[in-house]
Amino acid sequence: MAKAAAKTVQEAAGVERRPALGGQDMSAGGVKVAVLPPANRVSLRARQEAVASLSRALGVALPQKPKTSAAKGGRTVFWLGPDEWFVLDEQGGDALADCGKAKGLHSAVDVSHRHVAFAVSGPGAEATIAAGCPRDLSLAAFAVGDCSRTVFGKAEILLYRVSEQEFRVECWRSFSDYVFGLLAEGARDAAA
Amino acid sequence: MLLIRCPYCEEERPEIEFRHAGEAHVARPTDIASISDEEFETFFFIRANTRGTVYERWRHVHGCARFFNAVRDSMSDRFIMTYKAGDPKPKKLPGV
Amino acid sequence: MAESFRLPGRGRLAQARTARFTFDGKSYGGVAGDTLASALLANGVHLVGRSFKYHRPRGILSAGAEEPNALVGIHRDASRKTPNVRATVQELYDGLTAVSQNRWPSLGFDVGAVNDLASPFFSAGFYYKTFMWPKAAWKSLYEPFIRSAAGLGVAPDQSDPDHYAARFAHCEVLVLGGGAAGLAAALAAAESGLRVIICDEQAELGGSLRFESGAAIDGQNGWDWAQAAAARLAAMDNVRVLTRTTAFGYYLQNFVALAERVSDHLSSPGGLPRERLWQVRAKRVVLATGSIERHMVFPDNDRPGVMLASAARTYLNHYGVAVGKNVGVYTANDSAYAGAIDLKKAGVNVAAIVDLRDNPSGPMVDEARALGIEIHGGRGVVRVGGRLRVSSITVKPRTGGDGERTIAVDALLVSAGWTPSVHLFSQSRGKVTFNDEVKRFLPGTYAQDCISVGACNGTDGLAATIDEAYAAGAKAAREAGGKTGKAAKPKVEASESWSRGMLGAGPGAEAGTTVKAFVDFQNDVTAKDIRQAVREGMQSIEHVKRFTTNGMATDQGKTSNMHGLAIAAEELGKAVPEVGLTTFRAPYTPVTFGTIVGHARGKLFDPTRRTAMHGWAERHGAVFEDVGQWKRAWYFPQRGEDMHAAVNRECVTVRKSAGLFDASTLGKIEVVGPDAAAFMELMYTNPWQKLEAGRCRYGVMLREDGFIYDDGVVGRLAEDRFHVTTTTGGAARVMNHMEDYLQTEFPHLKVWLTSISEQWAVIAVQGPKSRDIIAPLVEGIDLSDEAMPHMSVREGRICGVPTRLFRMSFSGERGFEVNVPADYGEAVWEALWAQGRKHDACAYGTETMHVLRAEKGYIIVGQDTDGTVTPNDAGLDWAVGKKKTDFVGIRGLKRPDLVAEGRRQLVGLRTRHPDVVLEEGAQIVADPKLPVPMKMIGHVTSSYWSENCGRSIALALVEGGRKRMGETLYVPMPDRTIEVEVTGMVFFDEKGERLNG
Ligand SMILES: [Zn+2]
Repeated sequence: MAKAAAKTVQEAAGVERRPALGGQDMSAGGVKVAVLPPANRVSLRARQEAVASLSRALGVALPQKPKTSAAKGGRTVFWLGPDEWFVLDEQGGDALADCGKAKGLHSAVDVSHRHVAFAVSGPGAEATIAAGCPRDLSLAAFAVGDCSRTVFGKAEILLYRVSEQEFRVECWRSFSDYVFGLLAEGARDAAA
Repeated sequence: MLLIRCPYCEEERPEIEFRHAGEAHVARPTDIASISDEEFETFFFIRANTRGTVYERWRHVHGCARFFNAVRDSMSDRFIMTYKAGDPKPKKLPGV
Repeated sequence: MAESFRLPGRGRLAQARTARFTFDGKSYGGVAGDTLASALLANGVHLVGRSFKYHRPRGILSAGAEEPNALVGIHRDASRKTPNVRATVQELYDGLTAVSQNRWPSLGFDVGAVNDLASPFFSAGFYYKTFMWPKAAWKSLYEPFIRSAAGLGVAPDQSDPDHYAARFAHCEVLVLGGGAAGLAAALAAAESGLRVIICDEQAELGGSLRFESGAAIDGQNGWDWAQAAAARLAAMDNVRVLTRTTAFGYYLQNFVALAERVSDHLSSPGGLPRERLWQVRAKRVVLATGSIERHMVFPDNDRPGVMLASAARTYLNHYGVAVGKNVGVYTANDSAYAGAIDLKKAGVNVAAIVDLRDNPSGPMVDEARALGIEIHGGRGVVRVGGRLRVSSITVKPRTGGDGERTIAVDALLVSAGWTPSVHLFSQSRGKVTFNDEVKRFLPGTYAQDCISVGACNGTDGLAATIDEAYAAGAKAAREAGGKTGKAAKPKVEASESWSRGMLGAGPGAEAGTTVKAFVDFQNDVTAKDIRQAVREGMQSIEHVKRFTTNGMATDQGKTSNMHGLAIAAEELGKAVPEVGLTTFRAPYTPVTFGTIVGHARGKLFDPTRRTAMHGWAERHGAVFEDVGQWKRAWYFPQRGEDMHAAVNRECVTVRKSAGLFDASTLGKIEVVGPDAAAFMELMYTNPWQKLEAGRCRYGVMLREDGFIYDDGVVGRLAEDRFHVTTTTGGAARVMNHMEDYLQTEFPHLKVWLTSISEQWAVIAVQGPKSRDIIAPLVEGIDLSDEAMPHMSVREGRICGVPTRLFRMSFSGERGFEVNVPADYGEAVWEALWAQGRKHDACAYGTETMHVLRAEKGYIIVGQDTDGTVTPNDAGLDWAVGKKKTDFVGIRGLKRPDLVAEGRRQLVGLRTRHPDVVLEEGAQIVADPKLPVPMKMIGHVTSSYWSENCGRSIALALVEGGRKRMGETLYVPMPDRTIEVEVTGMVFFDEKGERLNG
């Protein structure tokens, strides 16, 4: 069954890992855009009946409300759709393996390498992202902890508000050049 | 750019997060292999293209990725309401 | 040259802060805060351009965005040449260079002005009539003539070095227009603490308070109050004040586009963008767009020096510039009197006020009279003297008769009344209604959550305007969820007000006259043209507009629409609303392409997607090709090889030894769940239930109509888990197609789809040595043919990192596709490359991949198929599960047309001469002796030189192709006809022995 088939990816690599844009950043005025280090990521799909067992297995209650996230111990789970969550582990945890421990029926797929993440921080962070994102990013409409897939220019991104003045932007690997370029343009304009 | 209420995300989102997906409530026949040419024509090719209230499928492709249904006025482009895929065609429309 | 028309101590500019500029090469002085127009007028320059059609000398009509005449080129440097800039909008900076337009060889003497004399040739509708016949004259005569005569200004011939910004913004209340009404509305709304954006096209807020000398609010002069109010707003956290910002488009659900001119007014813009596009979504919009003064329609009313009265006041009261030394006034309403009074008080001689109204009266008239200004009531201006500058006016009683008098003037202030700016309201899909009493179109039925206030709503008088606007601002904030009501409303202590004016042509330009009395200055449309259009059968104003081009210039008829409408109505004998108003469309004023494009240029025009191995390919000399947004290595030339040589070498090397190919761009979808196989059965034509875990199958996907949609190799990783591959171009749409069916037609299936296209980098290792190359690096997978036969998949490790290893081939050779997590892609490639070197393997690109697969007759969806090809047409019937009861396309495949005889089928073609390589897309005929047009029976879909076959090879779709084996067909080309033989699709290793070779 799905849970049994979930493969644990242990990355005891024998060759060098070369993340896209590894370590780059830029600053302009009141904004900093930094490429974040690799992280463990899982695309998790399940029906309602499996939510409780997955929450237990992951150690974080899967958020049930659209646009919200839940975090615990370096692991954040984002609500992306009514049967879709995105699990991010930045502290070396193996979310895929943990999903495999859940009894409820689900699909867990390792997407750690699919994404590149950026931290956009500072007083101009909102304006930077508004260069390409049509969403209302005010705290009232997109609060701390809120997350959502949306668009940024011609790329799809996953947007997460870390704090009042910091966003995490994730995009697919091959779009990272474009997203970084547009974030940099947005940052420069936010500083203008 | 329109605002579209996604029935899964439960809020209005900018149109560019969405993609149109054709007329709604055109069910694929369960016995599709055995339907007649005429039935296939009706199912696959014939669309109402109404002037006025239209029932459409949309996908929140750059959001929750769900397909859903919408009632829209093809004259004003205005969305009258949206509802989840699989829900029946609404009997009453708000404000109509 | 001194600024002899600048009045010391007048206006609001700090006259000590000077700036130099040039106009047509001549140097002038101006003052910081000037517009180009005010600076030119300060130097006594009225002649600034030539008109579009007749090349008539033109001056400055207005002091704002409605300017139809004073269009100039602004040249910052060789690549920064902006045509059609309104001199009334362009702010002066030190070093500004402006040139006049539509003139040759000089502004004062223009050869094109012969058009003016030849004007019968250019009468209304000339576009539609003159250039009709003979056809041959188009190329030789008409087109060159139109090309040289037409066009407004000159476009720059270098790419734009400036950058442009764009931003989305959201607010509860958006106020469009920053005059008294807009300010009052914004003050009221801002009190709520909700987000308020107020924008205005001018450099400062204030609107008509800029020229209204008689206004006083809250104990201050109107202008000073406006500046204080603007400063208060700007200091509030919840308010964004955007100056130099034009709301140019009003779209659905209060989505409004604003163009902000960020640095066009600066002598050195530094790192600033030139312009910024704001896309604003507002809960409520307050339209405070004001009104625009109309000119008077009389003979030769376009002479330089003829100017709107409010513009002359603006130049005087704001810029401290007198537009003449001896001015006349021609009006049909009171407001022009204020101009005469202001000028007179400033020491300028006012030669006469000509008022079309009999016995004009009222406080303004009394004041003018008291100042000793001569008033000619019941009279009109029927003639003007002067060509490059007005020198006199000839005045005549309105009702005719004697009493003609000529008065010397060096400028003429005109005013026919005010037209409410309902452009944005109309763009919001609101419906205007004609108020017959005041002869104005005013906002009627609203289509969106917006409200018009002040002059654009037909509200006269400052006090009434502020009352209305303040209440509307507060209401908008309340409706958007805010609380208001504490702050004090601005109190109007003094203001100006005036009566309504007139529409249409005045004396001397009545029906029957042949004079040039201009209605639309920019498009050179006269009152006579409009009457002619009606006589030639145009009934509606939309037809009149298109026939005469009235209102179709870049100013969109801001000063001309109402006059044009009134003249047409009069000629038709109908009331104005029966003739109708033309539709207002975005943009309100011209918008640069730069603003619309914003950040989306150069490398941000479109995402350029690169694979994890891109850098390696680049370092190894790859030439890349664009495949959608992807950059793919096309071929790897070595030591001066051309493409042909490189591809030949790569093709031979792969079959002799092996090659490495970057296949990362293929779409990949992980299908997981207990119903995964059931879902695959529905999505693909093939059977999947019985495919064992660890095995692969080539899958064909159809649309419901039975045509091939995509294909790819699918590996079954486990009972409930498939690794599906799609074509590169199909990745996104196949995912959408599968999600669509899963979510809406088969939601009962317990299965989920995840895109893993970018999780895995894919390195294809193809060729007889492929196993030898990967073997030393692979752990935990038995690579023997028995353990891992062709079309199987294993999970294990390579170079110490996880891999999904496919044994598959798109070359016909023994082959593997190594999937590794993307961040490891390049390092694993390097390790494989090091192994490959030991076996003389090569790196190959997409061209070699194409040739190798064509040698084997493997199709490429989208190249050998085009959306009208069935599996049977493509020779893929074997991939359709005959016992299946359902899959997408199963019914479509049975449609009569899809099973009919004679369909185009995919076959191979061999040219009679092996060296001849066919052109892809070339048409195929059975009999080349038939007369043209011949019956075409097919076309070439793929064609290459095959070094491995030592000849050219091609695939083609040919009617009844499989029944034509061995037949000779023909490919007619422009220079020759190529003879071809129909063959099977496999050109190399027909038995397929090399898959295990
Ligand atoms: Zn949604």
